[in-house]
This record gives sequence, structure tokens and C-alpha cells, in this order.
Amino acid sequence: MIRHEKLKKVIALTFVYITLILMYVPIIILIIYSFTESRTIGNWTGFSVQLYINMFEDPEIMGALTNSVIIALASSLLATAIGTFSAVGIYHLRKAPKVYMDTVSQITMVNADIVTGIAFMLFFLIIKVIPDGFGTLIIAHTIICIPYVIMSVTPRLTQLNPNLYEAGLDLGSPPIKTMLTVILPQLIPGMIAGFALSFTLSLDDFVITKFINGDVDTISTYLYTKIKVKGVQPELRAMSTVILLAIMLILVFINVYNKIKKNKTTSR
Amino acid sequence: MKRLTFNRKLFALPYGVLSALFVIVPLLVLLYFAFVDGDGKFTFENFADIFSKGTIKVLFYSFGVALLTTVICLVIAYPLAMILANSRFNKSALLVMMFILPMWINSLLRMYALKNLFIELLQIDTGFFMVLCGMVYDFFPFMLLPIYTIFVSMDKSLIEASYDLGASPIKTFFRVKVPLSMPGVISGIIMVFMPTVSTFAISDILGKPENIMFGNLINYWFTKNHWNLGSAYAFFLLILIGITMIISSKLTGGKAKATTGGIL
Amino acid sequence: MNEQKHNNPNEQKSLHEKTDKIIEVVGVTKVFDDVTVVDDMNLSIKRGEFVTLLGPSGCGKTTLLRMIAGFETPTSGKIFIGSKDVTYIPPHKRGINTVFQKYALFPHLNVFGNIAYGLKNKRIFDKTITDKKGVEKDVYRKFSKKEIEEKVKRALKVVGLEGYEHRDVNSLSGGQQQRVAIARAIVCEPKVLLLDEPLGALDLKMRKEMQLELKAMHKNLGITFVYVTHDQEEALTMSDRVVVMNDGVIQQVGVPKKIYDEPSNAFVASFIGESNILSGTMIADYNVSFCGEKFRCLDKGFEKNEKVDLVIRPEDIEISEQGQLEGKVIDVVFKGTFYQMEIATEGYEFTVQSTVGRKAGETVRLAIAPNSIHIMKKLRTTNTFVTVLDSDTSIELCGGSFEIINDGSLVKGDRVKVTIPFDKIELTDDESDGIIGVNVAQTLYKGSYYQVQIYTDTDEDFYLDTDIDWDIDDRVGLKIKPEDIILQKLEEENEEADV
Repeated sequence: MIRHEKLKKVIALTFVYITLILMYVPIIILIIYSFTESRTIGNWTGFSVQLYINMFEDPEIMGALTNSVIIALASSLLATAIGTFSAVGIYHLRKAPKVYMDTVSQITMVNADIVTGIAFMLFFLIIKVIPDGFGTLIIAHTIICIPYVIMSVTPRLTQLNPNLYEAGLDLGSPPIKTMLTVILPQLIPGMIAGFALSFTLSLDDFVITKFINGDVDTISTYLYTKIKVKGVQPELRAMSTVILLAIMLILVFINVYNKIKKNKTTSR
Repeated sequence: MKRLTFNRKLFALPYGVLSALFVIVPLLVLLYFAFVDGDGKFTFENFADIFSKGTIKVLFYSFGVALLTTVICLVIAYPLAMILANSRFNKSALLVMMFILPMWINSLLRMYALKNLFIELLQIDTGFFMVLCGMVYDFFPFMLLPIYTIFVSMDKSLIEASYDLGASPIKTFFRVKVPLSMPGVISGIIMVFMPTVSTFAISDILGKPENIMFGNLINYWFTKNHWNLGSAYAFFLLILIGITMIISSKLTGGKAKATTGGIL
Repeated sequence: MNEQKHNNPNEQKSLHEKTDKIIEVVGVTKVFDDVTVVDDMNLSIKRGEFVTLLGPSGCGKTTLLRMIAGFETPTSGKIFIGSKDVTYIPPHKRGINTVFQKYALFPHLNVFGNIAYGLKNKRIFDKTITDKKGVEKDVYRKFSKKEIEEKVKRALKVVGLEGYEHRDVNSLSGGQQQRVAIARAIVCEPKVLLLDEPLGALDLKMRKEMQLELKAMHKNLGITFVYVTHDQEEALTMSDRVVVMNDGVIQQVGVPKKIYDEPSNAFVASFIGESNILSGTMIADYNVSFCGEKFRCLDKGFEKNEKVDLVIRPEDIEISEQGQLEGKVIDVVFKGTFYQMEIATEGYEFTVQSTVGRKAGETVRLAIAPNSIHIMKKLRTTNTFVTVLDSDTSIELCGGSFEIINDGSLVKGDRVKVTIPFDKIELTDDESDGIIGVNVAQTLYKGSYYQVQIYTDTDEDFYLDTDIDWDIDDRVGLKIKPEDIILQKLEEENEEADV
């Protein structure tokens, strides 16, 4: 019986690790080959950081990287601010207004990127106020990210003591001040999750960006144009590795932060 | 006499306005473009074009690829989610995290990595197989996450009750676990099937011209400046998404939802 | 500006002198989604009083408290605090503080931060200056850091948590959290302290302790306390005055002893302490009959032969050879300091408390002194509704169609006032045997019969008298004989007034 159980465990874990390896093989190979100069993968020409040097000297790559970070930072900050306040508002809404808000954020989340992208493109074209570029990208990315922030913050709200806000007012603090000094501090973990989600969502987006980027290149649009061409620039491997590391760092930071937070509350 | 007092509901107002302006209005603009011709006259022509022979063929091909992608994802993700959620096999949250992690990496980057691996190392050329692998690779976490979530939150006493009532493990699996996991499976299917139909980057990068998806057609019309036609195609896609959402919410009683947020 | 004025201690003082009433609730009604939670309520609370709002859950006591605090706005009516109309003033400008049921401490702040929170929002009168135009102006300032520290320290001392300033609120026990919540409120020196079931989450022992401490605090601080609870014992032991509420209406206001000894109606009697509530008849002034016997009592002014409710407390019934009523002991339970017995007489089963126990099955005689019999006017004896005729021979009532006897003066569509006496309504075991299906809300034994309150699917309440003890929450049928429905046609003007 025990042997049977052990066998089951071995089979199950083998399955788990094979899937995991399959998922990571392409990424790991990319990382490994970022440390050699050869034009193609599979042809190891000795360890070198030349690709990294080239990459940091390539104005196009660096431009795209900075653009992406600027847009992601701006839109995820905006989305976190608007989304957090909306989450509080929506949590207290009832009936038709609540249905509207829920539906709108649901539409934003489930709609195909290509439909959203086209809709934005046509919309910006018609209103003719904002030229395609940073403005349109930041607006679009903010709008796309808000529902995810709402989704991250709302569970925290449901766990709050329902009298907390009233306690703030009761102690003489005006509503906005109460929001900022009493409710907001409780939502920080949700806000951080929402911010991180928004940041990667913005960084990751290609389809929507493609339709409204004007002549602003982001990592995604830059990659797209480069990958399609045969004889890929090997510098992209270095760029990929840098981005991967950056994302890993963000995730580790968030998880460590959450762990510390958790330990702090459980040790009390 | 009655003063306008501040209400927390008002915090929803900025997004209420923004969403009307930047979500609803753009979709209405899209709708408008879909129903007019190049001269701004009302027409159904754009929609009629969707039912032309070539487009229908692409549509069915897209459905085929999406179906295959969904099935492959489901077949791998379902047992995987069960194992990961079972404390007998896995006690580490890190392992689950590892599966979700690729979702956070730019999808074009992953496609780039995949293409490199296939062409340079495995000597496999672009085409249907590579597109399929790319789709599965890209959308797999979206299938895994909702199923995993539902298995983790499943009430263990229900399964114990089933054993207690004399059901065998196999019977328990089909009669208790499978029905209980359905909302997760349905959200997974939604989050894989329609995005596969509408994607165009993956088939563009990993496929040959004959491997185009419905998303590629929309993109094509826009690159060729046939905006009205492209809008009609996009609107058609929107309707399909709407229908799948309605069906799924009917099937699960509203429990299936987009759950990309459950990562942290 | 408003806020500053409000917290000016000088002004507070002048208000003190002006009136003895600190809170006045005038004709306040609160409706949530068509449900009237507080109904045309009038109440005034004196400065320095300890007033308890007592009632079962859902009686509107918490809603009333929340309207005084400013968290809810009345649908109609006015609320005054210190003779100032605060009906539409937001909570942060009211100068009163609340202790919440589940504490609502700020989790991100430590004990000091929680208590200091209110002080940091306060502005106090500093000095009067004369500006360039020669106009005198009051200048306000914030508390200094030192002042805040001192005040927090003092508040912590009052609640018995000295030295807890830097503790994390999440690490405190329930009782300690409650103390911090109280300290946080009283440190602001409010005119009124509102307490919303503050001890509800504590265990029994802790609760008893805190009751005494709260009472002592009230005495020492001299602040008006408005206390909400559903625990009658808590209300009776702590308060100067008790306000008993039910269904959004005040049932009785009085000092605890009066509420206990002289409940004004059957609800109050049954809610406060154990009691025997039965139905009787006033034969004449000072004479009442029940259980087939005549008794002397202290009440007068009723009509001859008026049906009344009467309350006899279990400890007021004496087992004595000279007693008028004969009964048989059915059940005896020893309750620590006394015996509680169920004694069946002709027509009523009395609950009797005595220091001497009798054996079950024994026949005893019961004596009831005149001052132990509390007579109450019957609340209502008829149900009234306003509705329309849905045909020439029937009316629409609570989702059903009831046949009526029409003398020809009414036609379909007429609006009528319908009156149905309590004892003319019949309940049927099977829902389908009745004209409409209804749910039993509560039953009250009145000696020779049960008074049953039911509610319909359209959320209307019916009262009825019946011989059968229906189970609460039972789904039953309701029917009324056509000849028992009394109709009165409503005139046009009436109709408009109703709308």
C-alpha cells in the first residue's frame, strides 16, 4: 500500500517537472546563448558579454526599453490610483450603477486585445485631440489596467471592518482625509498587487500598443518588427535576459514584501 | 435644506466617467465604422464579407486551432492542477508560482525564444505545428490557474464524504471532483479559446501565410486601410466573445470569471 | 469653519447652560428600501444621562444610534444635539463619539496612534485677537504633541491600560481592544458617547466586568452615554433610563425599575425578564378577572368589561394556602438561589419563582397581591389595511383575493379601509387551504389563547388570536370569512391624502 502511494507520488511529480522543464527550456536556452557572440542559437562561440555591450549601445533597443518603462510606470501608477478609489466606490454602489461598473470592467478584461486596440485607434482618430504616441498609449494602458487594480483591491475591502471608515469620521476626520489616513493604509497590499499586475500588463502588451503607438516604439513593437525578419539580431537575446531578470526581481520583491507582512501579522 | 453630503460611492465617479469615454465610446465608434462604407453611408456589406468563402475558411481554421489548443491545455492543466493542489504531492507555493511566472514575461519574448529553439536547435520550420506549440505555450497558464484555484479551494470534506458513502476513487473523481471543478474548467476554456481565435502575433511570427487566424484578418484589413471591413470583423469577434461569456455564466451560475489577477 | 466653531469649548459651555436636553430626536423616520426601520420617533436625552436603547435585533435601535452619530440621515424628522439641528451635519462635525461593536480600531496604527487619531483632528480655542479692521476674531489651534501625549496617557489610565501606548492593536485581547476603543472615544471629550453593543463580542465574565467599569466611567467622566444593547439584563443594571424599542417604535421609556415593574404592554413585559402575560377583563375600577377568578388590582380608568393584558412577575406569585387560584405543579427546576416552577391552573400555566420548592404533581394554591398585577391596555385588537376592490365581491389583500359581502354601495376599483378583528382570522395547517400563504413570526401566550403575529409574502403584518400554538417560521394558510371583513369606503380626498 505504501509502495503504491510512493509510486503515485513519483509519477505525479515526474509529470509536474517535465511540464515545468518544457515551459522553461526556450527561456533558459535564450539566457544561456545571450552570453556568446554567435548569430544563431546552438552555435556556442565562447563566453562573451559583447551582446550586452552592443545592446546597451543600441539606441533603438534602449529607446524602446525606456519608452516601455515610462509608459508602464505612468499607466500603472494612474491605474492604481484610479482603480483603488473606484474599488472603494464600487464596493458601496448598489443596483444599476454597480451593474454598469462591473460590466464595464468585465468588458475591458474579457475583450480581445485586437478589438480594444482597433476601438482605441478609431476613437483617437475621430476625436483628433491626442496624437498617437505616449499620450494615447498611457491613456489606453491605464484604462486596460484599472479593472485589474479593482480586482486586486476589492478582496481587501471585503475583509475590512465595516465601521472603520465611520470610526474615522466619528473621530472628527473629514471624509477624504479618512479615506487617506484610515482606509488606504489597509489597501496597500492589494494596491501593490494591482500595480505589479498593471506594470507587467502594460510591459507585455503588444496588440493594443501596435494600433496606437504612432512612431513610439516599445519593447513589444520593436521585438515584433525584428522577430519577423529572418536573421534575427542576436542582441535581442541580451535584451530578453535583462527584461526577464527585471521581472523576476519585481516578483521576488513583491513576494518577500508579502511574506514579511504576513509574518508580522501572524507573529503578533 | 438637505446638504449634499459626501458619499464613498462618489469615488467610483472618475472611473465611471473615464470608462464611458474610453471603453463605451470607442466601442460605439467601432460599431459605427462597421456599419458604414468608405463614404460614410450605412451598409451591411462589411458584415456580408465575413461570410465570404475565404473568410469562413479562416474562421473555421481558427476555431480548429483554438479547439486543439484548448484541448491540449486542458489535458495537461487538469491533472497538473490536481497534483499541485494536492498537499500529498506538493506543499510548496513556489512550484505553483513557477508555472504562473511565464505569464508575466512578455509573450513576444517567449515566442521569440520558442522560435529560436525550434528553428536553430531542433531544425523545425515555421508552420502549423510551431503555431500550435506557441499557442499552447502562451495560453497554458490561463488554463492552469483557474483550475488550480478551484481545486485548492475545494471543500475536502465533500471528497471524504464521497469515500465515506462507499464510492471508489474513480467514482469519486467523476461524480464529485469533476463536477465541482467545472467552473474553473469553464473559465479556463474561455480564457484560452477566444484569445486564440483573436490573436495574430503568434501565427504571424511562428506560422506561414497559410496559418493565419481570424485575428490576422482583422489586422490585415487595418494594415491595408480597409477600416470599415476591419471594424466589422472586430465587431463580429466581439459578439462571439459576448456569446461565450453569456453561455459560460449560464453554465456556471456566474462563477467563472477572468482570473488573471489571482497570481499574487 | 463649522467644525472649528463646533469644537470650541466655550461655546460648548454656553450650550450647557441653555438647555438640559443634550439630544433631541423629533419625529424621526428612517426607511431603507421601502422598509420602515425607525417610525416617527420622538426621544429626548438629558445631559449626563446613561440611556439605553433596548430591543430585539432589527428593532431599529442601532439605526437610531447611527442617525444620532451621523452615519445615516433620517428620511424625515430632525435630530438636535445641544439644541443645534444636526440632522444633515456630517459625523465628523458633530462632536460626539462612538464605540463600535467590533471595535473598529485602525489596524495600521498602534494603541497610541489609535487614541491620538481624534485629538489630531481637533482644533481648540486659543485666543481672541483683534484684526486690522478692529473685529475680534477667535483663533484656534491644534493640540501640541505634548498635550496629545498627556491626554492619551490619561485616557489609557481611565480604561486601565497604562503603558500600552506602543502595543500593536492586533496583539491585544478582545477586552483590551474594547478598552482602547473606549479610550479613543473618550479622549476627545465628546458631549455624548454612543456605544453600539460594545460588549457584544466579549465573553460573559469579561462582559460583567466591563459593565461595571463602564458604569463607573460614566459616573466619573460625566459624559452622556447612549448605549445600545439587546441584553435586557445589561440595560437594567447599567442605565439611568431605558428605551424599549420594537419594530422601529418606542414601546416604553422609563427608569429600569419602572420598566421591569410596570411594563406598559405585553411586548415590554415579555422582553424584559420572565413574566406571566395573560388576558383578562376589567370588571370595574380596581377589579380584574382572569383564570375564572376576580382579583383586586391598582388600576382604574378602563371601560367596563374592557379586555386587557396583564403581567405578573414569577417572583410576585406566592404559594400560599390562602391563594385564590388552584394549580398543579408540572415542572420544578432549581436555579441556584430559587426554584422555578410551572404551575398549571384553570386556563393558564404560570411560571412561579420561590425559595421553597414543591414537588411536581403537587396541588398548590397561588396568591397574587394587588400591586403585583400590572394591567396594560391591549395594543390593538383589529388589523386595518387600505386596499381596493378587485371585483364587486372581493378585495385584493396581501397578494390574495378575499371574498366580501357587498351591500351594493361598492364597485370594483373602489378604495376601502379594511378592518379585521384579531379573533376573526383563521389559520390553516395546509397553506393551500387558506386564501393566501403566510409565515408565523411570533406567538405570545395570553392565558386563554395565543396571540400570533404573522407576515405575508407582501411583507404586511397580521395579528390574530387563536387557540392553537403555531410554530414560529411555520408556513400556513390564512383565511377570513366574508362576513368578518369590515369595509369602509374611502372618499376621494382621503385617497389623495394617502398617496
